[in-house]
Amino acid sequence: MVEFLSFREDDATQEPTVTVEAFTGQSNSTAVRIEASEDARELLPHLGRLSLVEVNFPAFGDGRGYSAARILREAGYGGELRAVGDVLVDQIVAMRRCGFDSFHPAKALDDAAVERALTRYANAYQKSVDGRAPIWAKRHPENLDG
Amino acid sequence: MKILTGNDLVSGDVIWWAGDGWSRQVGDSVDVGQSGDDLARTEEAALRVVGAYVIDATVTEDGVRPAHIKDRIRALGPTVRPDLTLKPNDADTGNWVI
Amino acid sequence: MYRYDSYDQSMVDARVEEFRDQVQRRLSGALTEDQFKPLRLMNGLYLQLHAYMLRVAIPYGTLSARQMRKLGEIAAKYDRGYGHFTTRQNLQYNWIKLADAPDILAELASVEMHAIQTSGNCIRNISSDQYAGVSPDEVTDPRPWAELLRQWSSFHPEFTYLPRKFKIAVIASDEDRAAMRLHDIGLKLVERDGRIGAEVYAGGGMGRTPMVAPLIRDFVSEDEIVSYLEACLRVYNRYGRRDNKYKARIKILVHELGVEEYKRQVEEEFAHMRTLGLNPPVEELDRIRAFFAPPAYESDLSEDIDRSDPAFALWVDRQVAAHKAPSYAIVNISLKPLTGIPGDASAEQIELVASLADQYSLDEIRVTHAQNLVLPHVKKADLYAIWQKLDEAGLAEANLDLITDIIACPGLDYCALANARSIPLAQKIAQRFANAERQAELGELKLKISGCINACGHHHAGHIGILGVDRKGVENFQLLLGGSGAGDASLGQITGPGFSEDGVVDAIEKVTDIYLAERTQGERFLDTYRRIGMKPFKEAIYG
Ligand code: HEM
Ligand code: SF4
Repeated sequence: MVEFLSFREDDATQEPTVTVEAFTGQSNSTAVRIEASEDARELLPHLGRLSLVEVNFPAFGDGRGYSAARILREAGYGGELRAVGDVLVDQIVAMRRCGFDSFHPAKALDDAAVERALTRYANAYQKSVDGRAPIWAKRHPENLDG
Repeated sequence: MKILTGNDLVSGDVIWWAGDGWSRQVGDSVDVGQSGDDLARTEEAALRVVGAYVIDATVTEDGVRPAHIKDRIRALGPTVRPDLTLKPNDADTGNWVI
Repeated sequence: MYRYDSYDQSMVDARVEEFRDQVQRRLSGALTEDQFKPLRLMNGLYLQLHAYMLRVAIPYGTLSARQMRKLGEIAAKYDRGYGHFTTRQNLQYNWIKLADAPDILAELASVEMHAIQTSGNCIRNISSDQYAGVSPDEVTDPRPWAELLRQWSSFHPEFTYLPRKFKIAVIASDEDRAAMRLHDIGLKLVERDGRIGAEVYAGGGMGRTPMVAPLIRDFVSEDEIVSYLEACLRVYNRYGRRDNKYKARIKILVHELGVEEYKRQVEEEFAHMRTLGLNPPVEELDRIRAFFAPPAYESDLSEDIDRSDPAFALWVDRQVAAHKAPSYAIVNISLKPLTGIPGDASAEQIELVASLADQYSLDEIRVTHAQNLVLPHVKKADLYAIWQKLDEAGLAEANLDLITDIIACPGLDYCALANARSIPLAQKIAQRFANAERQAELGELKLKISGCINACGHHHAGHIGILGVDRKGVENFQLLLGGSGAGDASLGQITGPGFSEDGVVDAIEKVTDIYLAERTQGERFLDTYRRIGMKPFKEAIYG
């Protein structure tokens, strides 16, 4: 079983996270945790000093964290983006596509199921923040730079 | 009385708790008294049923009769397709649910 | 018709394998039902009243003969010999075994079909006008847009766990045959200064708080539609209500924020989204469009129809619509035989329609939101032969848009959420109004029945609508008048206290009597209702 999954080259940030409120109110923390109801855009002025953003999924059906992740990546955030909480193996692919690069699920995941999930889809229809060329770009390679 | 019903996990068929296992016939239902919720949990965990729930029923001349029309239709099958109900040869079978 | 390339095929094939894996994990106990439910729903698999139910997508309502044939084969092999065509251009099988579901998805994938996102809180099957591509009144064929959006919405990484389901419809003519403004987002394609783009409507829907979608943007060009929709969806995903599932649809967000504020937020997000390169190049829409190029219609054909057989002539007048090409016609096949089940078709009937499409309709079939089928490209000269074959199979009912062309949800005969049975009521109404002359006399009259407040049967949008309610364990029916899902969309009003099954049939008869007495030249039922209002009808019913 996997307790923690990382797709980053560097080591996972060990620093404990603080709440968004605490983070925006103090200057020395570099790790923050955002809850589903919080606005990821509040972090945008501070991206430079962040090395970890933890996004909590209170229930797997609460999809707000997917938007939070993309918003951060679209704004150029390059640090660790970690999904925590009710994170299930069947969601990891979509989360990767939204920019998450580490996972700390409340319940450990089955290694084999993770492996199968990660290799299953060779293609994706949409452009997102994971750098993959969408199917439409592969169909029209002359437009790849667009 | 209280009876326990749900669907077979694999086939999806409507099933009724018959005391020592599950039956497709509502008439085989037994009174589960207060033990329905516990039974539902163990049977779900054993992968024999999905969506199990306890309902009220009475015993009539025709056998066990669920209190709510929804469960009577579950017990019988779609009233608009008598051929697909548990009593395909009885043209008036749909009247039982009302 | 659109054909999958290896990319499209790889996506549905991967989904079949993924679902096979998930079913395996469920059957082995590795997944609980709570964990499995959203996964099966994402593949259209429900647990219904009697068994598992599988909902198959028919994107924008277009099918080839080969696909239709496969639907019939699946009905025969895995189900009990029939399927149910729904109001959202889907097909439902009612008796599926969980263990068979992956094989069924594999069979569907073999003919470029799937059940992806036909349920769940995600973007659902994109629906469209059943006359797309053949209607004389469209500005362009809406299906290339719908296909572009099908691909964009499939496996969308950000929008698979929305607050609630999300339904999109695309049309391209003034006459709305797809209830576009009763969708979460409706697109109406228009031409402005020689360019095609979309008017965007957001926040429509039925259910317990029905709303007609307001216009939120006057024009979005084809090279920006994807980023615009991403903006609409992101605002909804972030701020749509998640505390109460009855208030979670986008219509509530638009309503609570107000249209202007929702628009403002979308525009702000759009300004950001359009810089991210999310839009496929126009070449992609062109590539898709090429698949929908008009087929090679034969010229020099006769435009005359031999009407000497009166039953045939009646059917032509009711069921056949004008086609872009003058010597061709659009054939509507009624799935509303008077004693039948609205929307149900047997495996044999499905096979017959497939072979008719093969032989007479350039391989194409459409399904409609009114639960009927369409053969879109029929030579006028072939109409008689088609009619004869349909008649033999019990599919030649001539009742399009008449009072017996009833939309009915599955209701309590099949649906676990229902309060009352819809289908037996539809059958009783059809019997009462069976007389063909009487139906013709009443003219266009759209009657729609839902078995509960979820409104799958579009009762809010019926000229006459019926809603099943539970009155102390007994089925009871409320009557609504004055709804419309067409270009003149409006929501029906409840007449008053509900009725028994027979009581509501009597009440409908009284309502139609008032219409016949009060109408002026050329007025449809709906027009008369709009002119004279509820009062005279109410008096007649409850008097
Ligand atoms: C039998 C299984 C079905 C179940 C459990 C089911 C469930 C539901 C639910 C819960 C809603 C309300 C959604 C909401 O307001 O948030 C809904 C809406 C709807 N369903 Fe179904 N449905 C079923 C079958 C059908 C069928 C057979 C059709 C087509 C004939 C259909 C078409 C629709 C439509 C058009 C709506 C309204 C969409 C809207 O609210 O905007 N459903 N359904
Ligand atoms: S309207 Fe209600 S009864 Fe009818 S299908 Fe929908 S959920 Fe079921």
